[in-house]
Amino acid sequence: MFNLSANFIFDPLSIFFIFVILIVSSAAALYSHGYLKNAYTFPRKVFAWVLLLIFVCSMLLVVTGSNLLVFIIAWELMSLVSYFFVVFDFQYNRSIQAGMIYIVITHIGTAFLLAAFLMIYQAAHSFDFIALKDACHLLPMQTRNTIFLLLLIGFGTKAGIVPMHIWLPYAHPQAPSHISSIMSGVMIKTAIYGMIRFIFFILGITSPWWGILVLILAIISCLVGVIYALMEHDIKKLLAYHSVENIGIILLGVGLGMFFVSMNLPYLAVFALVAGLYHLINHAIFKGLLFLCAGSVCKATGTRNMEKMGGLIKRMPHTAVYFLIGAMAISALPPLNGFVSEWLTLQAFFLGALNTLGGTKVFLGICAAMLALTGGLAAACFVKAFGIIFLAQPRSQYAESAREVSWSMKAGMFILAALVIIFGLAAGSIVKLLIKVSAATLGVDGSALNLSAYNLTLNLQALMPGPVGKDSYLSLPYLAALLVILGAIFFVIYRLAKRKSLTYKTWDCGYYKVGSRNEYTATAFSKPFRIAFSFFLFPYHKTQKVRESFYHVKAFSYETHTTPVFKKYVYYPLLAWILKFARLLRRIQPGSIHLYLAYIFAVIILLIMFINKF
Amino acid sequence: MIILQALVFIVSAPFLSGLITKIKNNLRMRQGESILQPYYNLAKLSLKSEVLSETTSWIFKITPYILLASSLAGALLIPLFIYPAPLRGIGDFLALIFIFSLGRFFLSLAALDAGSSFGGMGSSREMFISSLVEPALCMVVFSIFLQFGSTDISVFCGAHQITAASLIGAVALFLICLAECARIPVDNQETHLELTMVQEAMILEYSGMRLAFIELAAYIKQMVFFFLIAQLIFPISLPAKGNFIGLLFWGLWYSGRIFIVALITALVEVSLAKMRLFRVVDYLGFAFLLGIIAVICAVIGV
Repeated sequence: MFNLSANFIFDPLSIFFIFVILIVSSAAALYSHGYLKNAYTFPRKVFAWVLLLIFVCSMLLVVTGSNLLVFIIAWELMSLVSYFFVVFDFQYNRSIQAGMIYIVITHIGTAFLLAAFLMIYQAAHSFDFIALKDACHLLPMQTRNTIFLLLLIGFGTKAGIVPMHIWLPYAHPQAPSHISSIMSGVMIKTAIYGMIRFIFFILGITSPWWGILVLILAIISCLVGVIYALMEHDIKKLLAYHSVENIGIILLGVGLGMFFVSMNLPYLAVFALVAGLYHLINHAIFKGLLFLCAGSVCKATGTRNMEKMGGLIKRMPHTAVYFLIGAMAISALPPLNGFVSEWLTLQAFFLGALNTLGGTKVFLGICAAMLALTGGLAAACFVKAFGIIFLAQPRSQYAESAREVSWSMKAGMFILAALVIIFGLAAGSIVKLLIKVSAATLGVDGSALNLSAYNLTLNLQALMPGPVGKDSYLSLPYLAALLVILGAIFFVIYRLAKRKSLTYKTWDCGYYKVGSRNEYTATAFSKPFRIAFSFFLFPYHKTQKVRESFYHVKAFSYETHTTPVFKKYVYYPLLAWILKFARLLRRIQPGSIHLYLAYIFAVIILLIMFINKF
Repeated sequence: MIILQALVFIVSAPFLSGLITKIKNNLRMRQGESILQPYYNLAKLSLKSEVLSETTSWIFKITPYILLASSLAGALLIPLFIYPAPLRGIGDFLALIFIFSLGRFFLSLAALDAGSSFGGMGSSREMFISSLVEPALCMVVFSIFLQFGSTDISVFCGAHQITAASLIGAVALFLICLAECARIPVDNQETHLELTMVQEAMILEYSGMRLAFIELAAYIKQMVFFFLIAQLIFPISLPAKGNFIGLLFWGLWYSGRIFIVALITALVEVSLAKMRLFRVVDYLGFAFLLGIIAVICAVIGV
């Protein structure tokens, strides 16, 4: 009855996701050896390893299962195991709270998924993906739209797109750091897998508004994610908000792909999906890397608050280099991998605009501009993160006493950092592979899309039949070589000049003792953004002066925080409404056994009537 | 040819800054410093010894090289006098934007490295302004793309018709250029007052040859922007072969249009006051809006 090939699927899309999962998980597993040391007792270490294995296996099952039952069971298993990781540090209240939020919201998502699956099953009377695919193509428009929306909400909840992102900044930072890196790097990507598998492959895209809806949600996720990240001073929460942003960027590629499929532009759809998948694997790598670095920093300093760090570049030189590489990649700086996928996504928007008409062009252009804004804000955020954590002087004794982490943690980070660079420089070959994946998923012959291995020349003749523009060029290895050569030339010039160099104190305007208290803080750094985006963040300030006399201020306290808009205006009212409803329900449950017997009697009568009817 | 173009950029970029300063000073009825002052400054800085802050790390030390390398790499992507650009295959207009942001990223980090509040202030403001510049710049690139069907810089530099879209795009690019090159009304290069400075605050801790590198990088970046603006407003074709006089006039006009952009910059700088930092949001919002108008023009086809 149970046979492997009937229940599992190993097409290019699945293999791609297996690769993503294993690459980040193995680096994280290596890292966890050092990370768990001295932090947990032996049984809990064993527990962590076992959970990790189950977690990775469940994710692999999600991306390889070829029928609904396997998929949904693996999906649930993945959610539950990750819940145990969220509450792994159960001695903290906030872990329990984060776990609660996570498990409730993730199950709401699963509920939507189940509804969608039931609707699909009703049409196909089979659990097998291929059978479902055939059945779905016969469904009426209305049903397919409903299924699409249910799937979008269900998978969107797991992926963390706004406004269903609310659990992500709580749950991800609360898990141990190597698990945060897997959750942020890989787990939320399984939702993207689900979207591609169920919406592209099984459901089939019919109307353009699907793609446009995904694009709009993606843009909102990008901007909301990055703006909240800018305001965040908890390093792991900051990274979690960046996951919301990057899922948005991935969905830009995916949504664009949907849009092109419905516009009947198959090659462009392949290209857009390539951009999305490329960003997906890039984000898995650099976000995995950043979370591992954040874990090292937290382990070394014992705090997650950025304001208490500083000067770690001298105390933790390796971690600093790895974090810098990750930060550069996520800020889309050449020649690293984040830049390549952002460039591809922008090109996908541009090429799409060339093939559509009128207002759509402007819409796609504005989407591209918003992506550029996101990139700029992300760069600002990571200047803040790296600058405040690693540069200048230590801001507390925690940072003062930090030491470099152990070899296994360094090795885990090194693997991912090397991959960041490789995935940047080898962009040509990787795009070639991804074209195969994406073409196979969309059922298009991808061989026409030939790109050379050394550069990413967009061969427009191949990409689109309609109005043909001219090729655009990007060559990462040459670009990297150019930058290195130019940098080296100036370095040599500097060295040959042999000017005297003195070391002295930082300019302190003639006062004495510029200390770490004078340094710019993360709060101060993000102030311009807080004010510029005040229409969304609703910042709150409070200043208080403690005076000895009218003339002499003894102490000064300043407090600022931003209003969590989604929590305050969406989730709290919703929660209040649910509680109110529950209180109403309580009225029919007064505790009297007679009444309960009457209820049972009434239900039986109703059932008998109901059965009689058929 | 690549080396020649790099040398032309290095040699001529400071001149533009000197020219702008000279025009500004003359408009204000002042004698002003010599046009060649930027060269004197660079030479002076290169000859001096330097002071490094003891709080700084290797980030501070390598930033000037990265900054100058990224500026020059960006400059090599544009077809200054060789068409198409010598390193055309390396990157397009979008790559140019990202290459410049590489330099900026490191400069902002270096500003935080010394641990003084000046640097932090400059760094924070610079990233704030630059992140708002990005969407406007993207819109301009998009409008150019819609007209020429490619983000390749050489393609649009090879075209020679003036359209409404490219003119409006040029105005948007000019506004962006003022913000990117630390000019009034966004930044003021002439003061060292902490309330107003952005760029100057970031490089406060630098001295000697490294400072010279940073200034040179800024000059080169400015020249790249001026060239692109000039190309959008006054697109010209390649010279007719053989005719020496024709070639001379072509060369004069070719470089003259960049000076026209410099002249406009000087006029704008003299006639405006520096904005408050939070007015820059409106300013760059306006640039973004112009970008959208340019895109709409390109869509309509005018």
